[in-house]
Amino acid sequence: MTEFKLPELGENVTTGDVLRVLVKPGETIARDQPVIELETEKATVEVPSSVAGIVKDIRVKPGDQVQVGAVILTVDENGSGEPTSAEPAQAAAGGAKPAEPPKDAAPEPRQPQAEPKPDQQPSGDQRKPPADQKVVSMPRAARPEPAAAPRPSEPPKAAEPPRPAAAPAPAAAPPPADRGPAAPASPGVRRLAREIGVDINEVQGTGPDGRISEEDVKEHARRILSSLPRGAATPRPSAGVPAATPLPDFTRWGEVERQPMSNIRRTTSVRLSHAWNVVPHVTQFDKADMTGMEELRRKYREQVQEAGGDLTVTALLVKVLAVAVKQFPQFNASLDLESDEIIFKKYVNVGIAVDTERGLLVPVIRHADQKNLTQIAIEVHQLAQRARERKLTLEEMSGGSMTISNLGGIGGTYFSPIVNWPEVAILGVSRGITEPVWRNNTFEPRQLLPLSLSYDHRLIDGADAMRFLRWVVDAIEQPFLLSLVG
Amino acid sequence: MAREATQVAVLGAGPGGYAAAYYAADLGMQVALIDEEKNPGGVCLYRGCIPSKALLHVAKVIDEARHAGAWGVAFQEPAIDIAKLRAHKQAIVDKLTSGVGQVGRLRKVKYVQGRATLTGAHSMTVSGSSGDTEIEFEHAVLATGSHPTRIPSLALDSPRMLDSTSALELPDVPRSLLVIGGGYIGLELGTVYATLGSAVSVVEMTPGLLPGVDRDLVNVLQKRLEKLFARIMLNTKVVRLAEEGNGIRAVFEGEGGPADERFDRVLMAVGRRPNSKIPGLDSTRAQVSQKGFIETDGQRRTAEPSIFAIGDVAGEPMLAHKASHEARVAIDAIAGHQAVFEPLAIPAVVFTEPEIAWCGLTETQATERGAEVDVAKFPWGALSRAITVDRPEGLTKLVLDRSSGRVLGVGIVGSGAGELIAEGVLSVEMGATAEDMRLTIHPHPTLSESLMESAEVFFGQSTHVYKPAKSRRK
Repeated sequence: MTEFKLPELGENVTTGDVLRVLVKPGETIARDQPVIELETEKATVEVPSSVAGIVKDIRVKPGDQVQVGAVILTVDENGSGEPTSAEPAQAAAGGAKPAEPPKDAAPEPRQPQAEPKPDQQPSGDQRKPPADQKVVSMPRAARPEPAAAPRPSEPPKAAEPPRPAAAPAPAAAPPPADRGPAAPASPGVRRLAREIGVDINEVQGTGPDGRISEEDVKEHARRILSSLPRGAATPRPSAGVPAATPLPDFTRWGEVERQPMSNIRRTTSVRLSHAWNVVPHVTQFDKADMTGMEELRRKYREQVQEAGGDLTVTALLVKVLAVAVKQFPQFNASLDLESDEIIFKKYVNVGIAVDTERGLLVPVIRHADQKNLTQIAIEVHQLAQRARERKLTLEEMSGGSMTISNLGGIGGTYFSPIVNWPEVAILGVSRGITEPVWRNNTFEPRQLLPLSLSYDHRLIDGADAMRFLRWVVDAIEQPFLLSLVG
Repeated sequence: MAREATQVAVLGAGPGGYAAAYYAADLGMQVALIDEEKNPGGVCLYRGCIPSKALLHVAKVIDEARHAGAWGVAFQEPAIDIAKLRAHKQAIVDKLTSGVGQVGRLRKVKYVQGRATLTGAHSMTVSGSSGDTEIEFEHAVLATGSHPTRIPSLALDSPRMLDSTSALELPDVPRSLLVIGGGYIGLELGTVYATLGSAVSVVEMTPGLLPGVDRDLVNVLQKRLEKLFARIMLNTKVVRLAEEGNGIRAVFEGEGGPADERFDRVLMAVGRRPNSKIPGLDSTRAQVSQKGFIETDGQRRTAEPSIFAIGDVAGEPMLAHKASHEARVAIDAIAGHQAVFEPLAIPAVVFTEPEIAWCGLTETQATERGAEVDVAKFPWGALSRAITVDRPEGLTKLVLDRSSGRVLGVGIVGSGAGELIAEGVLSVEMGATAEDMRLTIHPHPTLSESLMESAEVFFGQSTHVYKPAKSRRK
C-alpha cells in the first residue's frame, strides 16, 4: 500500500482547492496519470500521480482544501501493471462501447474550460468570456449508436422504416476537446473534412505553418482511399502508376474535349492501376444453379421489404461469401511483403461495388458473418442508397475482407474483375440465365448464375480457388449449407 | 383540438429559434415556429440587445454633444422627452420584429402563438388565445432562451426594483440608481441612465468590473465610467434592501461603499438563467444539467434523439449570435449532414462607451494555461483615426502563438470595438497569422488599422509605435 501525497506545485504555492477527483477507487492508475484537478492561487492544475497501481482509498473530495504533503490517495502497487496500451486498443476493437480517452496518451495540460464556479451572488456577468468555445465533443456516451448497423442479435423492428436523414450516426467524430490547439484550418475546410469523414487533426497541412487547405483534405482522403503509403514525395499521385507515355495530339484527327477527372475517377484510376500492377490476377469461372435460391428469395422478399431491406442476389451473396471466407481463411487475408508475412483477418467485412452517377464506390458490410440475411439486406440497401446520395464516409468504405461486383442487373455472362487491393479476391456476378440442364434423366430449364472469381495468385493457388468457387456454388444451390457451417 | 403535423417544430422564436426555423424552411422542410409573442424576436429583439442598443446610441449622441464643447462647439444641455424616447425605442423593436415575422411568412413557416407543453418525443400541445393545437413533429428544436436572475435574499417586491426587462421600459429617469452587478448588462444600462441624468452607483462583489475580461481592457473602460458614474463599489455586496419613503435603502458590506444609502431605484443585473423548465420536458429523455442547461452533444442533440436544444437554454455563452450559429448546426444535423458546433472563436461585445470586444483565447486564459503566446498591443493613442475623433483611450491586442504567430485571440477596447472584432474572429477561424494581418492592406485612416499595427508590433516593426521585438523575427 503506497500513499500519494500532494507534491510541490510551484513557488509559493502551499495549498489548493480540489475541483474534481479524476479517478475512482478500484481503478488502475498509471504513473503521471492526472488524479485530481486542483485550483491554486495561480492556476488550475491537474495533479499527476507519482505512483501506479490500483486505487484503494481516496482521501479528498471536491471542495477540500489540501496542503502540500497531504495524502491524496493510496494505491496497491502490486496490482499495477501499466494497463496503458492494451486497454484502449481493446475498447476500440470492441467497437460498440465508446472508448475512454486513453489517459496516458497526449498529456494535455487539462480540459480547456473548467466550468465557472457557481457564485452565490452572481457577479452580474452573464456573458462569460467564451472560454469553452474550443470544441465540443460530439457523441456522448449512450447517444446515437456509433458506426452503422443494427446490432447482430436484434433485428430491427419490422414496423420501423429506416430513417434516412434522422440520426446519421456521427461517423466522423470531431476532435476531442483536449487534443491541444485546433488544427489550423478555416471553417469551410473543417466542414468539408467532417462531411467526407476525415479527421481534420490527421490532415497534414501544406500551407505556411501547417495550414490546411481544401486540397490537403482531399489529398488526405485520396490517400486513405487508395491506402497508399503516406508521404510519397510526389504532391499528387499521377492517375496511372507508371509515368504515362506522352499522348499524341488528338486534335490532329478531329475535335476533342478535355474534362477534369472527378475525385472518384482519379481514386478509381489510382487504385486499379495499383492493383493491376502488383496483383498477379487469375480469374476462374463457374455457374451456380440458383433456381431453388430464387424461389426462396421471392418467397421471403416481401417479408424483408417490410423490414426495410431488399432481398437481392447481392445481399444473398454477401452472406454466402461471409461464410465462405471463414471456411477458406486465405481469402480473407492480405500480403505484407515488407515483413514477408500473411495477415489473416479475424473479422469478416464484405464490400459491394456500387455503380453511382459519379463512379464506382465500394461500401463495406461490417461483420457480415454475424448478421442474418434480413439485417444484411437492410444494410446493403441503405449503403447503396447512401452511396448514390454521396453520403458514404471513408470509414464506411474501408476495411473489407473481400468484394462482390454484381453486374447482373445490366447483363453479360462473364467478366474478369480486378481484385480490390489489399484484399486478395473478388467475386464477379453476371446475369442469371435460364438454360437446359440435364437432371433426373431429362433436360430441365434451370436458372444459372455465372460467377467469375479473380484472385491474387501469390497467395491463393488455383486448386484452392476452384475449391472456394465450388463451395460458393454449392452454397447457392443448397443454402442449407450456410446454416450447417455458418 | 386543432392538429398539425410538421417535420420540424421550433420552440421559442428568439435569434436561435427563428434562425433555425427559417434555415430549415430554406432547406425545404415543413416548419412550425412556436412562441408566446405576436412576432418572432425573443428577448434579443423585444427586451435585450436591440432596445438597449437603441438607448445606448442616444446616450452616445448626448455624450458626444457634451464633449463637443471642448472642440469649440457648445450645445445646450439636452431636454429629454422620455415618452418620445420610449416611443422611438418601441418603434425600432416593432419594425424589427414585424420584419422578422414577415420573412417567416414568406418562407411559409407556420407561426403558432401560444405556450407549448411537450407531450413526448414527437408531439407537443400549444395553448393559444384561439384554443389548443396539437403539433406532431419529426424533430423539435428547443430554443427557449433565458431570463434575468434574482438574488432571493434581495428579492424586494417593489415597483422601484428594476431588472433588465423593466429598466429597458424606461419608466422614468430616477435621480439616483443603484445597479447591482458590474457585468455587461449592469454597465450598459448604467451608462444609459447615467447619461440621461441619473446618479448611478454600481456595486460588484468581485474585485473588478466585467469579471473574466482581460484587465487591461476593463481598465480603459473603468477610467471613463468612474467619471460617468457617481460611484463604483468593488469587493462589495448588497446584504439588504428595504423600501424607505420614495426609495430603497441598500445596506452594503465590503470595502468599496458606505454602510448604507438610499436610492430612487435599484436595478438588479446579476446574470441570466436558462429557461429549461419547459412544461412536459420530462415526457422526453432530454436531460437538464445541474446548472439548468439542457444537455446536448456537439450537434446540439439532446438525449432524446428527435429533440435538439440551442441558444441560452443549451449553455454558455448566452449570446444571440452563438444561438443562431447553433441553429444552423442543429438543422444541418436534422438534414443528415455531419455538422458540429465547433467554432474557434465566439465574439463577445460590451456595448458601453468605449466598447469592449474580444474573441478566441484571452490573455488571461493564456496566462492561466501557461500557453506559449505573445501578446501584441497597439494603443490607440498612436492611431490617427482615434485622435481625429478625440477618442485616444483605446487598445487593440492580439494573442498570438509564439512560434507560428497564429492569431489565437483578439481583444479590443475603444469606441467602435464591436465593429472591429469581426476581423479578429475571421482571423482566428481562418488560422491567420500576424504575418497575414500585417500584409493585408487596411484603409487609412480607420480604427481597423489598429489590428494591422498590432500585428506589426509582434514583429517589432509597427510604424506608429516604437517597440523593438524581444527576439528577432523573420
